[in-house]
Amino acid sequence: MSLAADTGVNGVELGVVLFFFVLVTAGGFVAVRWRRGESMHSLDEWGLGGRGFGTVVTWFLLGGDLYTAYTFVAVPAAMFATGAVSGFFAVPYTIVAYPIVFVFLPRLWSVAHRRGYVTPADFVRGRHGSRGLALAVALTGILATMPYIALQLVGIQAVLDTMGLGGSGSWFVRDLPLIIAFAVLAAYTYSSGLRAPALIAFVKDTLIYVVIVVAIIYVASEIGFGTMFDTAKGAMAKPNATTGLPTGTFFAGNTTYWAYGTLAFGSALALFMYPHAITAVLSSRRRSVIRRNTAILPAYSFMLALLALLGFAALYEVAAGKMDVFGQDGKANAQLAVPHFFQAVFPSWFAGVAFAAIAIGALVPAAIMSIAAANLFTRNVYREYLKPDATPKHEAQVAKIVSLVVKFGALVFVLGLDRQNALNMQLLGGVWILQTFVSIVGGLYTRWFHRWALLLGWAAGMVYGTVVAYRQEVPVVVTKLVDGDVVSSVNGTRHFGSPLADFPFTDTKVYIAATALLINLVVAVALTLVLRAVRAPEGVDETEPGDYHADAPSTKVVAAAERELAAEEGVTATPQRGQP
Amino acid sequence: MTKPTPLPLATKIAVAVLLVIPCAALAAVPLYSRETPELWGWPFFYWFQLSWVLITPVLTYLAYVLLERARGRR
Repeated sequence: MSLAADTGVNGVELGVVLFFFVLVTAGGFVAVRWRRGESMHSLDEWGLGGRGFGTVVTWFLLGGDLYTAYTFVAVPAAMFATGAVSGFFAVPYTIVAYPIVFVFLPRLWSVAHRRGYVTPADFVRGRHGSRGLALAVALTGILATMPYIALQLVGIQAVLDTMGLGGSGSWFVRDLPLIIAFAVLAAYTYSSGLRAPALIAFVKDTLIYVVIVVAIIYVASEIGFGTMFDTAKGAMAKPNATTGLPTGTFFAGNTTYWAYGTLAFGSALALFMYPHAITAVLSSRRRSVIRRNTAILPAYSFMLALLALLGFAALYEVAAGKMDVFGQDGKANAQLAVPHFFQAVFPSWFAGVAFAAIAIGALVPAAIMSIAAANLFTRNVYREYLKPDATPKHEAQVAKIVSLVVKFGALVFVLGLDRQNALNMQLLGGVWILQTFVSIVGGLYTRWFHRWALLLGWAAGMVYGTVVAYRQEVPVVVTKLVDGDVVSSVNGTRHFGSPLADFPFTDTKVYIAATALLINLVVAVALTLVLRAVRAPEGVDETEPGDYHADAPSTKVVAAAERELAAEEGVTATPQRGQP
Repeated sequence: MTKPTPLPLATKIAVAVLLVIPCAALAAVPLYSRETPELWGWPFFYWFQLSWVLITPVLTYLAYVLLERARGRR
């Protein structure tokens, strides 16, 4: 039972969570020895795990990477608060993403492997011969990753709050557990690089699968799916106390077809543009590993769908008077729906397992995201603009430090931001990252687009997306429990309140990212026609047609990299690992 | 480097169809966004989408096998 008045710390839950936390921390530090390469002193080793992961490790790594606290906390929270259109779109999103990336990701893997590219911006630079465009892609990646890491922290916070930690006291005491968890994460990411999250992902995914199977059996046997859906339908139809409109949607209606569809497809296109997704893809050993993974990764989507429904199960438990979503601070918070559900219906030790799963499920992607952002900064900002003669060893060192800075940045982000609509953070990141789609995926197939047109298209999409997202102002509703009564009050408005906005010149709501991508594409096509007509310089394409199908690194590139490494370490270079 | 031998047209079409099917099915929001027919208490909207989580990997795996066979390797 979790009621607002109950402020004690649950010792059993905390003990179980600490046990798993210590376990994965040990794993994180030991990981440095796992499948060890010749040296950790290069981005290929630290930032891509030596590019040697096979089908199974890649599956765990990508699963651990893509299915995050977003899946376990934010999606069910959205289902709990406003229903299908704002939450369940994640299901078609994570289904259609795979047939889509099946088509183009192997090309990206091949060209990256042959040319030694570590980041998507490396590819853009090589393909379009444009430093400016590469910088735009790199900075977009770093920017979009920040709110995504912050979303992971929101997940950990929800768990800590449920266990009774962090309710009272100064902000420092309140957020101390979160800061400690993050400091430990930062330490092993620093020393082990991508190998750490890859190893921890095994623990995380095993826990998650166990937890979700048990939870669904509980829902099926103790609540019944029919009852659960009926409760949810009723709850969504109920008028909202402040606006008088229905609370949410039980399924997409006339006015929300486009919203639902564009959220799903826009997010799907954006998914593998994220630096952390590309990092995990590039760390795989062979081209075929990626296509095989597109067939087995939907196992996680199945889990996501069931988890989303736990938001509805929580609605049932609330209606039955077994739980609420009031946090330690006395305010209602939808992010607490799933953690409170576990606490209300399961014994403490099992709730502890579930919380450990959520917390580790947030740490793994946070680690990969910070590594990906660090790779981007090092390759495409530091080496490109600040220190062009950086050696591989020096690059790895810079990346390690940047990974710390990025995590700290996300921590600041989350301590200062509204956590109520954590899902919006991820959707805002999606608006930005999708603007790199034309440069990256377009570039995989054609050199037709002009580099300046791509840059201006990107700029148009970024400006439109950010401005429109900013203009989505919604009232800030604070719901508290006062003497046993639920009291809601409106406390001003806030920006970035919704991922949806009217499509220009219509009153149909669509995902802002989709409109922005369309504008981006139109600008890029129109300006390419103009720039080609005036014969503006196109830039040099360093890739060759064969690069896009290759299954092994280019011998020329490998030889050059080895010369560089050998010159630096004063030893004879041995053949690269990770070759078939 | 030379390009690998181009894929047979039949393989290309088959792969494209296999990949387009799930996307088309889930893009048709107005067609599946409804309550009936229910299945074991699940409204149509929910069980329809969940079933595509199960169907899609089969289609993508078939596409993968077709491509590997056409390239005649591994």
